[in-house]
Amino acid sequence: MPQVEERGGLGGTRDRGGRGPGGEGGDSGAGAFPLPTAKLGVWILLGVVTVIFSALVSAYVVRMGLPDWKSSPKPGLLWLNTAVLAFSSLFFQRAAWAARKGEAWGVRTGVRLGGVLGMLFILGQLLAWGQLQSLGFGVSRNPSSSFFYLITALHGLHLLGGLVAWAVVSLRPTPLRIELCTLYWHFLLAVWVVLYGLLLLT
Amino acid sequence: MAHHSPGYHDHYVGPEPRSWWTRYVFCQDHKVIGIQYALTALFVGAVGMVLSWGMRLQLGFPGEFSFIDPSRYYQAVTQHGMIMVIYLLTAFLLGTFGNLLIPLMLGARDMAFPFVNMLSYWVYLLSVLVLLASFFVPGGPTGGGWTLYPPQTMLKGTPGSDLGIVLMLVSLILFIIGFTMGGLNYVTTVLQLRTKGMTLMRMPLAVWGIFVATILALLAFPALFVGCVMMLLDRLAGSSFFIPTIVQFGQLQPHEGGSPLLFQHLFWYFGHPEVYIVILPAMGVISEIIAVHARKPIFGYPMMVLSILVIGALSFVVWAHHMYTSGMNPYFGFLFAVTTLIVAIPSAVKVFNWVLTLWRGNIHLTTPMLFAIGFLNTFLIGGLTGLFLGNVVLDFPLQDTYFVVAHFHMVMGVAAIVAIFAGIYHWFPKVTGRMMNETQGKIHFWVTFVGTYAIFLPMHYIGLTGVPRRYYDFNNLQFVPESVHSLERFVTVVALIVGAAQLLFAYNLVHSIFWGKRSGQNPWQAATLEWVAPTPAPHGNWGAVPPPVVYRWPYDYSVPGEAEDFIPQTRPTLQTQAAGGGGGE
Repeated sequence: MPQVEERGGLGGTRDRGGRGPGGEGGDSGAGAFPLPTAKLGVWILLGVVTVIFSALVSAYVVRMGLPDWKSSPKPGLLWLNTAVLAFSSLFFQRAAWAARKGEAWGVRTGVRLGGVLGMLFILGQLLAWGQLQSLGFGVSRNPSSSFFYLITALHGLHLLGGLVAWAVVSLRPTPLRIELCTLYWHFLLAVWVVLYGLLLLT
Repeated sequence: MAHHSPGYHDHYVGPEPRSWWTRYVFCQDHKVIGIQYALTALFVGAVGMVLSWGMRLQLGFPGEFSFIDPSRYYQAVTQHGMIMVIYLLTAFLLGTFGNLLIPLMLGARDMAFPFVNMLSYWVYLLSVLVLLASFFVPGGPTGGGWTLYPPQTMLKGTPGSDLGIVLMLVSLILFIIGFTMGGLNYVTTVLQLRTKGMTLMRMPLAVWGIFVATILALLAFPALFVGCVMMLLDRLAGSSFFIPTIVQFGQLQPHEGGSPLLFQHLFWYFGHPEVYIVILPAMGVISEIIAVHARKPIFGYPMMVLSILVIGALSFVVWAHHMYTSGMNPYFGFLFAVTTLIVAIPSAVKVFNWVLTLWRGNIHLTTPMLFAIGFLNTFLIGGLTGLFLGNVVLDFPLQDTYFVVAHFHMVMGVAAIVAIFAGIYHWFPKVTGRMMNETQGKIHFWVTFVGTYAIFLPMHYIGLTGVPRRYYDFNNLQFVPESVHSLERFVTVVALIVGAAQLLFAYNLVHSIFWGKRSGQNPWQAATLEWVAPTPAPHGNWGAVPPPVVYRWPYDYSVPGEAEDFIPQTRPTLQTQAAGGGGGE
């Protein structure tokens, strides 16, 4: 009788079990992914968020291609904000490393500073909005300024959601939670870099 | 035996409900959440049905019912479509079947993230309440058509262009957020929480359908989300994403430079996968029911799984076939026509496999089985007219006629709702421990099924004469023959009768909850795991014993040489018994 091989993630077609006595059978493993369930959940969430921003970016690119496109100014403050977000991400990474080594002090400072810098980033974005508005570029000035507000607002809202998770993590830190928070922060940093690059292009 | 899943699932249960409040209202148990989804979705579905009556009364007897003025008519058309597609079909097929079936069929104790799962229902309920609230605001709900095309939805003169459209968009945004919470659970649970021995290729097809449909939804809904947010900004903040420069009533509107076509692309990038988001779980449910009630293994199980995956992949490259007449490049249209027609191949594979499963089966014509066969019928007929519409050349004359309306009602409206009925009749005993009344169920089926054809076959003909959809009144149009008017009346009368049959279903449902015949644990003699659990299943599904262990695929029916005509998935095969492995339970 053929032995049913264990297949890593996806069961093969042949091990679907017996068709009665004498049929193939076997008690193979369920084949879950070798990572914590919560982590898989966060990865799937990141996938969904990626699609949101991809849809936004493709709408932006399509709109940019139309002949009546007019560019709008980008406050220099955004460079500073980008640096703040990058440092925020770095501090989370430091906390994640510290958590792996079991250093309570490193975890505490990393998580705290990371979160505070995240808030600072949002504050900076709001300031940038104010600067843009004082230049006369409100939401309704032209499509490029509308897109600017939409893109920064959606990104900021995702960071706000991250800050809710951050509040939970800083109240009851576990290595896994810190790791997931760090992952989310890196992801939002990457998304921001792509979005900002795109905004600068125009 | 190296399986990596950490600590075998027993952790993944929400807190044990302690009070009435956490048992029935703010409950984290997937079964309760599934029932909450079901009741809410059926309720809005009833609202959607009543709206269709209003629409039919006007079409059948124009001008005779004065409460249906043009605004109300357009509102009814729009809200009927939106409610049925999103708030009934999507919510029921994924929310209810996903919640009820995934953990039970896979031998899990609950979803991966019970709290997020509970939140998913409450956000869904909120989205339904916002939608219903739009009926009571000044100006009423939006009447811009269920596709919500700008700029029409937002210009004065379209019903609900003040508050209605705002509430509609907010409601959709909430729905998508709520669904994403649920969808994360369905996908993660399928990937991580399968019980021992439940490989992916031993999963019941219902779970496969829900799983792939959820992935589609997670990838497709964000496009609608972005579109809704952009339109909301157009409406509230004066931006111009979708609204071009327009002069209306001699006045220049404040918008300039938006692209209406952009919304159409975003909408249909979501809208076409949405069709499969609805139909894949329906196909899965039907596969279960046909195998169980024909007492035969499903024919071509690997091909069934493969065709689900292929349909899922293709669904993302066909969206522009809804936009042939939007002035796109003809080569673009050709490309999308080709991908569209290719979808027929995996769909046909599924239909053939269902028919071959029925072939020489020991068919029990129970109510769920009748509805399942009804699904095969309507899906097949509706799918065939899709071949006409998928061709660019044929689509030009047929676009926006009743032919299109008849097509999508058959293939994704009726087929999906019939699958929901089949599922309700089939799994009702699992949920309540009682059977639904068979006689009433059969009356419900025959009236619905015959009524479906009586409604939609004439509608194909009406469409072929060139009668456009969405029009309020056809009375003074030269090209509309008298036969169309009499058929419209006929369709309206049948629609009311079919509607009445749904009341019988509602009665049967409620009556059977309290007074139905007791069903026992496994009334249909099905082999899948959900019937191994106690009926009704307790919190944590499997009681104090460990979750069941799976040794075989879910379709061991009528195995030669067996005393009974089904073998539960939990029974060890001879091979595993010989190896001393048996007795997982």
